[in-house]
Amino acid sequence: MTILLQVNGVDHALEIADENMPLLWVVRDILNLKGTKFGCGKAACGACTLHVDGEAVRSCSYAVKFAMNKKITTIEGLGNEQNPHPVQKAWVEHVVPQCGYCQPGFMMATAALLSKNPNPSDEEIDKNIINVCRCATYYRMRKAIHRAGELTRENLTNETTSS
Amino acid sequence: MKSYALIFIHVLVIGVILILISGAPEVDEYSVLDANVQQTETEEAFDKMMDVLTHQRCMNCHPNDNVPKQGEDRHPHYFDMARGKADKGFQATKCATCHQEENNDYSGAPGAPHWSLAPKSMGWQGLSRTEIARIVLDPETNGGKSNEELVKHMTEDELVLWAWEPGIGVDGNLRELPPVSEEEFKKAVEIWFENGAVIPSK
Repeated sequence: MTILLQVNGVDHALEIADENMPLLWVVRDILNLKGTKFGCGKAACGACTLHVDGEAVRSCSYAVKFAMNKKITTIEGLGNEQNPHPVQKAWVEHVVPQCGYCQPGFMMATAALLSKNPNPSDEEIDKNIINVCRCATYYRMRKAIHRAGELTRENLTNETTSS
Repeated sequence: MKSYALIFIHVLVIGVILILISGAPEVDEYSVLDANVQQTETEEAFDKMMDVLTHQRCMNCHPNDNVPKQGEDRHPHYFDMARGKADKGFQATKCATCHQEENNDYSGAPGAPHWSLAPKSMGWQGLSRTEIARIVLDPETNGGKSNEELVKHMTEDELVLWAWEPGIGVDGNLRELPPVSEEEFKKAVEIWFENGAVIPSK
Protein backbone atom coordinates (compact mmCIF):
# COMPACT_ATOMS: atom_id res chain seq x y z
CA MET A 1 0.00 0.00 0.00
CA THR A 2 1.03 3.61 -0.44
CA ILE A 3 1.70 5.42 2.81
CA LEU A 4 1.62 9.19 2.70
CA LEU A 5 3.38 10.82 5.59
CA GLN A 6 5.54 13.80 6.43
CA VAL A 7 8.84 13.21 8.18
CA ASN A 8 10.72 16.18 9.58
CA GLY A 9 8.81 18.49 7.26
CA VAL A 10 9.39 16.43 4.11
CA ASP A 11 6.45 14.70 2.41
CA HIS A 12 6.87 11.07 1.42
CA ALA A 13 4.76 8.59 -0.53
CA LEU A 14 6.11 5.17 0.35
CA GLU A 15 5.17 1.84 -1.18
CA ILE A 16 5.07 -0.54 1.76
CA ALA A 17 4.30 -4.23 1.23
CA ASP A 18 3.47 -4.89 4.89
CA GLU A 19 1.24 -2.18 6.32
CA ASN A 20 2.02 -3.49 9.80
CA MET A 21 5.74 -2.85 9.42
CA PRO A 22 6.95 -0.87 12.44
CA LEU A 23 7.39 2.81 11.73
CA LEU A 24 10.89 2.47 13.19
CA TRP A 25 11.93 0.21 10.31
CA VAL A 26 10.53 2.66 7.80
CA VAL A 27 12.36 5.58 9.37
CA ARG A 28 15.68 3.79 9.71
CA ASP A 29 15.79 1.40 6.77
CA ILE A 30 13.76 3.16 4.10
CA LEU A 31 14.26 6.84 4.94
CA ASN A 32 17.77 6.23 6.25
CA LEU A 33 17.26 8.31 9.38
CA LYS A 34 19.44 6.38 11.80
CA GLY A 35 19.07 8.65 14.84
CA THR A 36 16.05 6.75 16.14
CA LYS A 37 17.32 3.57 17.73
CA PHE A 38 16.16 -0.01 18.00
CA GLY A 39 16.44 -1.08 21.63
CA CYS A 40 14.17 -3.82 22.93
CA GLY A 41 11.67 -4.09 20.09
CA LYS A 42 8.93 -4.55 22.68
CA ALA A 43 7.82 -0.96 23.32
CA ALA A 44 9.54 -1.11 26.68
CA CYS A 45 12.87 0.74 26.62
CA GLY A 46 11.90 3.85 24.66
CA ALA A 47 15.04 4.06 22.48
CA CYS A 48 12.77 4.23 19.42
CA THR A 49 10.66 7.16 20.68
CA LEU A 50 9.69 9.70 18.06
CA HIS A 51 6.72 12.04 17.62
CA VAL A 52 3.58 11.36 15.63
CA ASP A 53 1.55 14.56 15.35
CA GLY A 54 3.44 15.85 18.39
CA GLU A 55 2.79 12.82 20.60
CA ALA A 56 5.59 10.59 21.84
CA VAL A 57 5.30 7.13 20.32
CA ARG A 58 7.37 3.96 20.63
CA SER A 59 7.97 3.44 16.93
CA CYS A 60 8.99 -0.23 17.23
CA SER A 61 5.39 -0.87 18.22
CA TYR A 62 3.67 1.48 15.80
CA ALA A 63 2.42 0.01 12.54
CA VAL A 64 3.26 2.28 9.62
CA LYS A 65 -0.38 2.22 8.46
CA PHE A 66 -1.28 4.32 11.49
CA ALA A 67 1.15 7.01 10.30
CA MET A 68 -0.90 7.69 7.17
CA ASN A 69 -1.23 11.46 6.62
CA LYS A 70 0.53 12.22 9.89
CA LYS A 71 3.52 14.37 10.76
CA ILE A 72 6.48 12.46 12.09
CA THR A 73 9.36 14.10 13.90
CA THR A 74 12.55 12.19 14.59
CA ILE A 75 15.61 13.33 16.52
CA GLU A 76 17.02 14.63 13.21
CA GLY A 77 14.04 16.97 12.90
CA LEU A 78 13.99 18.21 16.48
CA GLY A 79 16.65 20.84 15.82
CA ASN A 80 20.07 21.26 14.27
CA GLU A 81 23.45 22.69 15.18
CA GLN A 82 22.46 26.16 14.07
CA ASN A 83 19.09 26.09 15.74
CA PRO A 84 19.06 23.41 18.44
CA HIS A 85 15.93 22.48 20.35
CA PRO A 86 16.03 23.46 24.06
CA VAL A 87 16.34 19.78 24.91
CA GLN A 88 19.40 19.45 22.65
CA LYS A 89 20.94 22.58 24.18
CA ALA A 90 20.39 21.34 27.70
CA TRP A 91 21.72 17.87 26.87
CA VAL A 92 24.94 19.44 25.60
CA GLU A 93 25.22 21.80 28.58
CA HIS A 94 24.93 18.92 31.04
CA VAL A 95 26.98 16.48 29.00
CA VAL A 96 24.24 13.92 29.52
CA PRO A 97 25.14 10.99 27.26
CA GLN A 98 27.55 8.27 28.18
CA CYS A 99 27.34 5.64 25.45
CA GLY A 100 24.55 7.71 23.92
CA TYR A 101 22.53 4.92 22.36
CA CYS A 102 19.31 5.58 24.25
CA GLN A 103 19.58 9.36 24.28
CA PRO A 104 17.56 10.21 21.14
CA GLY A 105 14.60 8.40 22.67
CA PHE A 106 14.99 10.24 25.96
CA MET A 107 15.29 13.56 24.17
CA MET A 108 12.17 12.96 22.10
CA ALA A 109 10.22 11.89 25.19
CA THR A 110 11.43 15.01 27.00
CA ALA A 111 10.54 17.28 24.09
CA ALA A 112 7.02 15.79 24.07
CA LEU A 113 6.68 16.40 27.80
CA LEU A 114 7.90 20.00 27.61
CA SER A 115 5.53 20.77 24.75
CA LYS A 116 2.69 20.01 27.15
CA ASN A 117 4.27 21.03 30.40
CA PRO A 118 7.28 23.37 30.19
CA ASN A 119 7.80 23.32 33.94
CA PRO A 120 7.60 19.69 35.04
CA SER A 121 8.16 18.73 38.65
CA ASP A 122 10.43 15.84 39.59
CA GLU A 123 7.34 13.71 40.06
CA GLU A 124 6.05 14.60 36.62
CA ILE A 125 9.44 13.78 35.14
CA ASP A 126 9.38 10.41 36.90
CA LYS A 127 5.94 9.65 35.50
CA ASN A 128 6.58 10.76 31.94
CA ILE A 129 10.21 9.97 31.26
CA ILE A 130 10.30 6.24 31.79
CA ASN A 131 12.78 5.22 29.11
CA VAL A 132 15.69 2.98 30.02
CA CYS A 133 19.35 4.01 30.07
CA ARG A 134 21.81 1.20 30.76
CA CYS A 135 24.55 3.71 31.53
CA ALA A 136 22.24 5.12 34.21
CA THR A 137 22.58 8.75 33.17
CA TYR A 138 19.31 9.49 34.92
CA TYR A 139 20.80 12.00 37.35
CA ARG A 140 22.26 14.16 34.60
CA MET A 141 19.14 13.74 32.54
CA ARG A 142 16.95 15.08 35.32
CA LYS A 143 19.10 18.20 35.54
CA ALA A 144 19.01 18.57 31.77
CA ILE A 145 15.24 18.18 31.67
CA HIS A 146 14.84 20.99 34.21
CA ARG A 147 17.28 23.12 32.22
CA ALA A 148 15.43 22.36 28.98
CA GLY A 149 12.27 23.45 30.73
CA GLU A 150 13.90 26.77 31.64
CA LEU A 151 15.00 27.29 28.05
CA THR A 152 11.54 26.38 26.77
CA ARG A 153 9.90 28.85 29.13
CA GLU A 154 12.39 31.55 28.06
CA ASN A 155 11.50 30.88 24.43
CA LEU A 156 7.81 31.09 25.23
CA THR A 157 8.34 34.39 27.09
CA ASN A 158 10.35 35.80 24.18
CA GLU A 159 7.68 34.73 21.70
CA THR A 160 4.99 36.41 23.80
CA THR A 161 7.04 39.60 24.15
CA SER A 162 7.84 39.84 20.44
CA SER A 163 4.27 39.16 19.27
CA MET B 1 -75.62 -54.81 26.51
CA LYS B 2 -74.89 -51.69 24.51
CA SER B 3 -75.91 -49.39 27.35
CA TYR B 4 -73.61 -51.30 29.79
CA ALA B 5 -70.74 -50.83 27.39
CA LEU B 6 -71.42 -47.12 27.07
CA ILE B 7 -71.59 -46.69 30.84
CA PHE B 8 -68.30 -48.61 31.19
CA ILE B 9 -66.57 -46.41 28.61
CA HIS B 10 -67.84 -43.25 30.28
CA VAL B 11 -66.69 -44.43 33.70
CA LEU B 12 -63.31 -45.38 32.21
CA VAL B 13 -62.82 -41.97 30.55
CA ILE B 14 -63.83 -40.08 33.71
CA GLY B 15 -61.49 -42.29 35.75
CA VAL B 16 -58.57 -41.63 33.43
CA ILE B 17 -59.25 -37.87 33.54
CA LEU B 18 -59.42 -37.93 37.34
CA ILE B 19 -56.13 -39.84 37.52
CA LEU B 20 -54.47 -37.38 35.17
CA ILE B 21 -55.76 -34.32 37.06
CA SER B 22 -54.80 -35.68 40.46
CA GLY B 23 -51.24 -36.53 39.26
CA ALA B 24 -50.53 -33.17 37.58
CA PRO B 25 -49.02 -30.21 39.50
CA GLU B 26 -51.26 -27.34 40.51
CA VAL B 27 -50.91 -24.06 38.59
CA ASP B 28 -48.92 -22.61 41.50
CA GLU B 29 -46.56 -25.55 41.36
CA TYR B 30 -45.89 -24.79 37.68
CA SER B 31 -44.95 -21.24 38.67
CA VAL B 32 -42.52 -22.54 41.24
CA LEU B 33 -40.98 -24.93 38.73
CA ASP B 34 -40.62 -22.08 36.19
CA ALA B 35 -39.03 -19.87 38.82
CA ASN B 36 -36.58 -22.61 39.76
CA VAL B 37 -35.62 -23.14 36.13
CA GLN B 38 -35.17 -19.40 35.63
CA GLN B 39 -33.11 -19.08 38.82
CA THR B 40 -30.80 -21.87 37.72
CA GLU B 41 -30.47 -20.31 34.27
CA THR B 42 -29.75 -16.88 35.79
CA GLU B 43 -27.15 -18.26 38.18
CA GLU B 44 -25.44 -20.23 35.42
CA ALA B 45 -25.36 -17.10 33.27
CA PHE B 46 -23.97 -15.11 36.19
CA ASP B 47 -21.23 -17.68 36.76
CA LYS B 48 -20.22 -17.71 33.11
CA MET B 49 -20.18 -13.93 32.96
CA MET B 50 -18.09 -13.72 36.11
CA ASP B 51 -15.67 -16.39 34.86
CA VAL B 52 -14.81 -13.85 32.18
CA LEU B 53 -14.91 -10.66 34.23
CA THR B 54 -12.55 -12.09 36.83
CA HIS B 55 -10.11 -13.42 34.22
CA GLN B 56 -6.85 -11.51 33.80
CA ARG B 57 -7.85 -10.37 30.29
CA CYS B 58 -10.50 -8.21 31.94
CA MET B 59 -9.17 -7.77 35.44
CA ASN B 60 -5.75 -6.45 34.41
CA CYS B 61 -7.38 -3.16 33.39
CA HIS B 62 -9.84 -2.96 36.29
CA PRO B 63 -7.35 -2.33 39.13
CA ASN B 64 -8.16 -0.93 42.53
CA ASP B 65 -4.75 0.70 42.96
CA ASN B 66 -4.66 2.76 39.72
CA VAL B 67 -1.88 0.53 38.40
CA PRO B 68 -2.64 -1.54 35.31
CA LYS B 69 -1.58 -5.15 35.48
CA GLN B 70 0.16 -7.23 32.85
CA GLY B 71 0.46 -10.83 31.84
CA GLU B 72 -1.09 -14.03 33.03
CA ASP B 73 0.40 -13.48 36.49
CA ARG B 74 -1.20 -10.02 36.74
CA HIS B 75 2.02 -8.26 37.70
CA PRO B 76 2.02 -4.45 37.98
CA HIS B 77 2.63 -2.73 34.63
CA TYR B 78 6.32 -2.20 34.08
CA PHE B 79 7.91 1.25 34.40
CA ASP B 80 5.36 2.48 36.93
CA MET B 81 2.73 3.23 34.34
CA ALA B 82 -0.47 4.24 36.07
CA ARG B 83 -3.92 5.67 35.55
CA GLY B 84 -3.11 9.35 35.19
CA LYS B 85 -5.86 11.94 35.13
CA ALA B 86 -8.04 10.51 32.37
CA ASP B 87 -7.43 6.74 32.71
CA LYS B 88 -4.97 6.89 29.80
CA GLY B 89 -1.64 7.52 31.45
CA PHE B 90 0.33 10.71 31.91
CA GLN B 91 0.77 13.93 29.94
CA ALA B 92 3.43 12.81 27.48
CA THR B 93 3.75 9.12 28.25
CA LYS B 94 0.35 7.58 27.99
CA CYS B 95 -1.25 4.30 27.02
CA ALA B 96 -1.15 5.30 23.35
CA THR B 97 2.61 5.78 23.49
CA CYS B 98 2.89 2.00 23.23
CA HIS B 99 -0.66 0.68 22.65
CA GLN B 100 -2.37 1.35 19.34
CA GLU B 101 -5.80 0.40 18.04
CA GLU B 102 -4.70 -3.15 17.23
CA ASN B 103 -2.40 -5.73 18.71
CA ASN B 104 1.13 -5.35 17.42
CA ASP B 105 2.56 -8.73 16.56
CA TYR B 106 6.03 -7.27 15.95
CA SER B 107 6.48 -5.95 19.48
CA GLY B 108 3.88 -8.03 21.33
CA ALA B 109 2.23 -4.88 22.67
CA PRO B 110 -1.53 -5.42 22.89
CA GLY B 111 -3.90 -2.88 21.41
CA ALA B 112 -7.56 -2.12 20.79
CA PRO B 113 -9.67 0.99 20.24
CA HIS B 114 -9.68 3.42 23.20
CA TRP B 115 -7.08 1.39 25.08
CA SER B 116 -7.26 2.66 28.65
CA LEU B 117 -7.94 1.67 32.22
CA ALA B 118 -11.51 1.20 33.32
CA PRO B 119 -12.66 4.18 35.41
CA LYS B 120 -11.50 4.19 39.00
CA SER B 121 -15.06 3.51 40.18
CA MET B 122 -14.97 0.28 38.20
CA GLY B 123 -12.02 -1.17 40.11
CA TRP B 124 -12.72 -4.88 40.58
CA GLN B 125 -9.39 -6.17 41.77
CA GLY B 126 -9.74 -7.96 45.11
CA LEU B 127 -13.53 -7.97 45.11
CA SER B 128 -15.86 -10.96 45.18
CA ARG B 129 -18.07 -11.77 42.21
CA THR B 130 -21.17 -10.39 43.91
CA GLU B 131 -19.33 -7.20 44.84
CA ILE B 132 -18.21 -6.79 41.24
CA ALA B 133 -21.78 -7.31 40.06
CA ARG B 134 -23.06 -4.58 42.40
CA ILE B 135 -20.46 -2.16 41.04
CA VAL B 136 -21.34 -3.08 37.46
CA LEU B 137 -25.06 -2.49 38.03
CA ASP B 138 -24.78 0.70 40.05
CA PRO B 139 -25.10 3.79 37.82
CA GLU B 140 -23.09 5.69 40.43
CA THR B 141 -20.08 3.50 39.66
CA ASN B 142 -20.70 2.31 36.11
CA GLY B 143 -20.73 5.74 34.52
CA GLY B 144 -24.50 6.16 34.56
CA LYS B 145 -25.20 3.17 32.33
CA SER B 146 -28.64 1.59 32.16
CA ASN B 147 -28.95 -2.19 31.94
CA GLU B 148 -29.48 -1.90 28.18
CA GLU B 149 -26.32 0.17 27.86
CA LEU B 150 -24.42 -2.32 29.99
CA VAL B 151 -25.46 -5.19 27.72
CA LYS B 152 -24.38 -3.18 24.69
CA HIS B 153 -21.06 -2.31 26.32
CA MET B 154 -20.34 -5.86 27.41
CA THR B 155 -21.31 -7.49 24.13
CA GLU B 156 -20.20 -4.91 21.56
CA ASP B 157 -17.41 -2.71 22.88
CA GLU B 158 -14.22 -3.45 20.94
CA LEU B 159 -12.00 -3.14 23.98
CA VAL B 160 -14.16 -5.60 25.92
CA LEU B 161 -14.18 -8.04 23.00
CA TRP B 162 -10.41 -7.73 22.67
CA ALA B 163 -10.34 -10.34 25.46
CA TRP B 164 -10.99 -12.99 22.78
CA GLU B 165 -8.38 -11.61 20.40
CA PRO B 166 -5.58 -10.76 22.80
CA GLY B 167 -2.81 -11.50 20.34
CA ILE B 168 0.78 -12.47 20.94
CA GLY B 169 2.59 -11.38 24.09
CA VAL B 170 6.11 -10.01 24.32
CA ASP B 171 7.30 -13.57 24.99
CA GLY B 172 6.01 -14.62 21.57
CA ASN B 173 3.23 -16.81 22.97
CA LEU B 174 -0.48 -16.30 22.49
CA ARG B 175 -2.14 -14.65 25.46
CA GLU B 176 -4.54 -16.84 27.39
CA LEU B 177 -8.20 -16.56 26.43
CA PRO B 178 -11.01 -16.23 28.98
CA PRO B 179 -12.44 -19.64 30.04
CA VAL B 180 -15.76 -18.95 28.29
CA SER B 181 -16.10 -18.38 24.55
CA GLU B 182 -17.09 -14.97 23.21
CA GLU B 183 -20.46 -16.25 22.03
CA GLU B 184 -21.20 -18.01 25.32
CA PHE B 185 -20.24 -14.87 27.22
CA LYS B 186 -22.51 -12.65 25.14
CA LYS B 187 -25.37 -15.11 25.59
CA ALA B 188 -24.75 -15.29 29.34
CA VAL B 189 -24.77 -11.50 29.62
CA GLU B 190 -28.03 -11.25 27.70
CA ILE B 191 -29.69 -14.01 29.74
CA TRP B 192 -28.57 -12.54 33.04
CA PHE B 193 -29.92 -9.11 32.23
CA GLU B 194 -33.10 -10.45 30.61
CA ASN B 195 -33.79 -12.39 33.81
CA GLY B 196 -33.53 -9.27 35.90
CA ALA B 197 -29.78 -9.11 36.60
CA VAL B 198 -30.28 -10.88 39.91
CA ILE B 199 -27.11 -11.13 41.96
CA PRO B 200 -26.91 -14.55 43.63
CA SER B 201 -26.98 -14.46 47.41
CA LYS B 202 -23.68 -16.36 47.59
